Amino acid sequence: MEEHDIICTGCPKGCRVTVTVEKDEITDIKGFECPTGKEYAINEYKNPTRILPTTVRVKEGEFPLVPVKTAKPIPKSLLLEAMKVIAEKEVIAPIKIGDTVIENILDTSVNIVATRNIEKK
Amino acid sequence: MKNYKIIVIGAGPAGLAAALQASKDGIDDILVLERDKYMGGILPQCIHNGFGLEYFDQELTGPEYADKFIKDIDKNNIKVLTETMVLNINQDKIITALNKSNGVLKMKANTIILAMGCRERTRENIQIPGDRPAGILSAGTAQRYTNIEGFIPGKEVIILGSGDIGLIMARRMKLEGANVKAVLEIMPFSSGLVRNKVQCLDDFDIPLKLKHTITRIEGKKRLKRVEISKVDKDFNLVEGTQKWIDCDTLLLSVGLIPENELSKAMNLKLHPVTGGVYVNENRETELKGVYACGNVLHVHDLVDWVSEEAEIAGRSAAEYLNGNQEKRNQPIKITPEKNVTYTVPQKIEYKFKDKKFIKIFLRVEKPMENVKIVFSHNEKSILSYDKKIVMPGEMVTVNLPAALIKNDMEEIKLSIVEKVGEKNGRT
Amino acid sequence: MRIIIIGAGVIGTAIARELSRYETDVVLLEKTADVANGTSKANSGIIHAGYNADFNTLKGKLNVKSNPVFDKLCADLKVPFKRIGSFVVGFNEQDLKELKKKKENGEKNGLNNLEIIGRKQLISQEPNINKNAKYALYAPEAAIISPYELTIAYADNAVINGAQVVLNTEVYDLYFEDGKISGVKTNQGEIKADLVINAAGLYSDKIAGMANDEFKINPRKGEYHLFDKEYGDIVNHILFPMPAKNSKGILVLPTVHGNILIGPNAYDTNDKDELSTTNKGLDEILKGARRLIPEIPEKGIITSFSGLRAALDSGDFHIDFSKNKGGLINIIGIQSPGLSSTPAISEMVVQMVKDYSNSEKYNLKLKKDFKQENPKLPHYYEYEEKEKVDEWQKIVKENEDYGEIICRCEHVSRGEIIDAINSPVPAQTIDGIKRRTRASSGRCQAGFCGPRLLKILSDQLDIDPLQVSKKGSGSQILKARSKQLILEKTKQDKKAGDQ
Repeated sequence: MEEHDIICTGCPKGCRVTVTVEKDEITDIKGFECPTGKEYAINEYKNPTRILPTTVRVKEGEFPLVPVKTAKPIPKSLLLEAMKVIAEKEVIAPIKIGDTVIENILDTSVNIVATRNIEKK
Repeated sequence: MKNYKIIVIGAGPAGLAAALQASKDGIDDILVLERDKYMGGILPQCIHNGFGLEYFDQELTGPEYADKFIKDIDKNNIKVLTETMVLNINQDKIITALNKSNGVLKMKANTIILAMGCRERTRENIQIPGDRPAGILSAGTAQRYTNIEGFIPGKEVIILGSGDIGLIMARRMKLEGANVKAVLEIMPFSSGLVRNKVQCLDDFDIPLKLKHTITRIEGKKRLKRVEISKVDKDFNLVEGTQKWIDCDTLLLSVGLIPENELSKAMNLKLHPVTGGVYVNENRETELKGVYACGNVLHVHDLVDWVSEEAEIAGRSAAEYLNGNQEKRNQPIKITPEKNVTYTVPQKIEYKFKDKKFIKIFLRVEKPMENVKIVFSHNEKSILSYDKKIVMPGEMVTVNLPAALIKNDMEEIKLSIVEKVGEKNGRT
Repeated sequence: MRIIIIGAGVIGTAIARELSRYETDVVLLEKTADVANGTSKANSGIIHAGYNADFNTLKGKLNVKSNPVFDKLCADLKVPFKRIGSFVVGFNEQDLKELKKKKENGEKNGLNNLEIIGRKQLISQEPNINKNAKYALYAPEAAIISPYELTIAYADNAVINGAQVVLNTEVYDLYFEDGKISGVKTNQGEIKADLVINAAGLYSDKIAGMANDEFKINPRKGEYHLFDKEYGDIVNHILFPMPAKNSKGILVLPTVHGNILIGPNAYDTNDKDELSTTNKGLDEILKGARRLIPEIPEKGIITSFSGLRAALDSGDFHIDFSKNKGGLINIIGIQSPGLSSTPAISEMVVQMVKDYSNSEKYNLKLKKDFKQENPKLPHYYEYEEKEKVDEWQKIVKENEDYGEIICRCEHVSRGEIIDAINSPVPAQTIDGIKRRTRASSGRCQAGFCGPRLLKILSDQLDIDPLQVSKKGSGSQILKARSKQLILEKTKQDKKAGDQ
């Protein structure tokens, strides 16, 4: 039996929800004060995911960087790995908001997309 | 001298939303003055997500949030002068600005909307003693270097202040390959959103040291190390807790100050708590036809509220220009009481006409759970809202229905009290 | 004849400028990245009237002689200077006695317009003064100046007139031939010289030691707070308390740029680079200043800093030839009123140089084309202060760079910053720009203009942005390019994996 403490981000209260797990099965959830907390804790235990916002280097642009994000959340455990892939990438201006900059990052089937227009210099 | 119906100072989220609203309300002669070379204010450098959930009902990054407004500004043919610094405004609404192509610009406005935003508090504001090396910068400046200019200001980083910018920059620096050693917070609680604490610190095992501050800075040329100390509940240093941490960079996220130099030039008085000017429900200042909105009025934690507030200012400016306003016989003061540090607006001055309610923004002094937000008149409650939790870091917004406001009222008090006998009430 | 001056503080630069009047080769060596980087950048910025020091002392004589010179000097060099007068404030009959003594001493020094005033008059001149103040010694000739701007202006003028200012050059040793100076050894190599002037300030004892002249500088630290211009009208004159043992006590004064400065305290230290501030010290000066102006607002502080006085035990200046070697002039122990005495000090040193050169059969001739004045560069704030902003239009029409404001707090344009980078002694660091233009010296302390200044410096000097520094090598602002740290780490990991 193991216990996982998860802080719910559903509201400013930040309830500390304890998820008890036995043989990969959730056997108990304590500490939430509303349904959001319970649901959040289950998801956060089973498959914590995050949107990754960062930048990609740009050549010939009015700015040297374009801000990007993962179009969908990716597993939390992949954030730093994803940064390594993103770090290698360099794109050429112009770039339009929503353009795909990297496809299917780390085989997550999630794309990295631009979040700002960058004009040519 | 060229005359405009509305001149908006600042093309950040507040300025853009105010200009757009006034344009939608039929004002065609609007000029927005912006000192940076792009529109959007601070948003283009806030590349993280978490914007727009209240206003657009979808989660956006800062640049995406800004883009929605910038597109509309272009569509509505609102004139924007970028790289133009406003240097003075006088009480006759004459604006002096400067840019490269026009040189000194003098313009007159029928109405002015102040949307200059805020600036960050500095090391000097909080007086950390020690050396004066390179490597100490505000979190916002570090954010500009990292997200716009393309440079990383530090490798071994300490962050002072757990407000949202501090938390966001902790993750940002970490993602860029820096070693973020700790975030220090003098208060016993993080002043940022819970979500940011979890996703920016916990996700990356960055320690948050509550009740800690920096007491000395060392490094002749570049920062070498900082001395951190624990503080007690009165913020006095606890002797014997001092500890040195090696680092090359200190980011400061120690609060924001509304940037009111121009308001002061117009002789507008500043509110001691908000640091912004005094406004009525239309976000109109003590000078008729001059409005203020966004972080120049009071520091917001969500840009969504800035947009909403700016729309009130933009709409009111349009009403003023259209001659569609009528003053009440007497203004009604809105007074903050128990656990409320301030309200915006501070008074109600106009008749409501078709307005159904007025929106009131407030902040609390200390965290409280299971509370009632109570409006009272002559010591009698006239309205109350339940709320599960209130925190100093999160602005509270409440609507005051027009129907409850009577002509003979002089003052409405707002307080936050504990709810008795009920648990887990949800709003 | 080549004359090397060691140290580009206010003394070294003033002497360089005076010597640049002559047909001679003047080389000013400075170990840091800019002039005015030691004591000259952090002091009270006062041109004293001259009632304090005994006329029998060197500093007493030189101060009194120098004071009247500043109006023309500053007009020539385009240095902000304001003759606002000073009060030494007394609280009781004992203080009154001391004030009378000071007045008498001043009169002996030839100051004939000193005046002791009573409470009423003091309050009418300084409405915010402590209500318990009873008397004051008024010295109308006391003035305020920006000490680093004076230093920079001296250096610029020297360069305009042919002197060389060589930065980042530290003197390790002096070398001699037949008991006479023949050159200096530096981190940039050896430089020959016929005469060396030691104006190394805090390190002047060390340089003197290279010729076996024994001196001991005791650095004495003083901390200051600078206040937002918003509170600039809280005092109108330089306010001194009754003097303390080691200093003139904690003063309150306006600066030439409209801020308020308070400080300094006085602490002996052994470390000549020890410029840190302390909580204790900062509290102390606030308390001290409040004895004069009780309402000083703590929240108005925009920066705090400290400076070191280069004091000798004797308390007086030492300006003389080396006792051991020919061709070396030592200038040591120049603490207050050193800044106030620069014109007379440089005049005295130039006379010594002339005497020496005559004895060595060099003939120092005055240049025919000496340029007395520095060029007047446009500063937006001056137009603003004089309410002549409309006239700035002409400046922008000639050069659009003057139309872009880079420092939002002090209203400094791109053109002014580029001027500083292209000035005779070029600004090459963020601090260098700050001292020449005021950019980043305001209430946001570079929060807004920092990245912009960095870009301008990198463009104008044509250097990598990563090389731009706050105050010279080792104080670079940025650590890496975007993604560089991640890419380096990946490479390292790969290498480790391959092995």
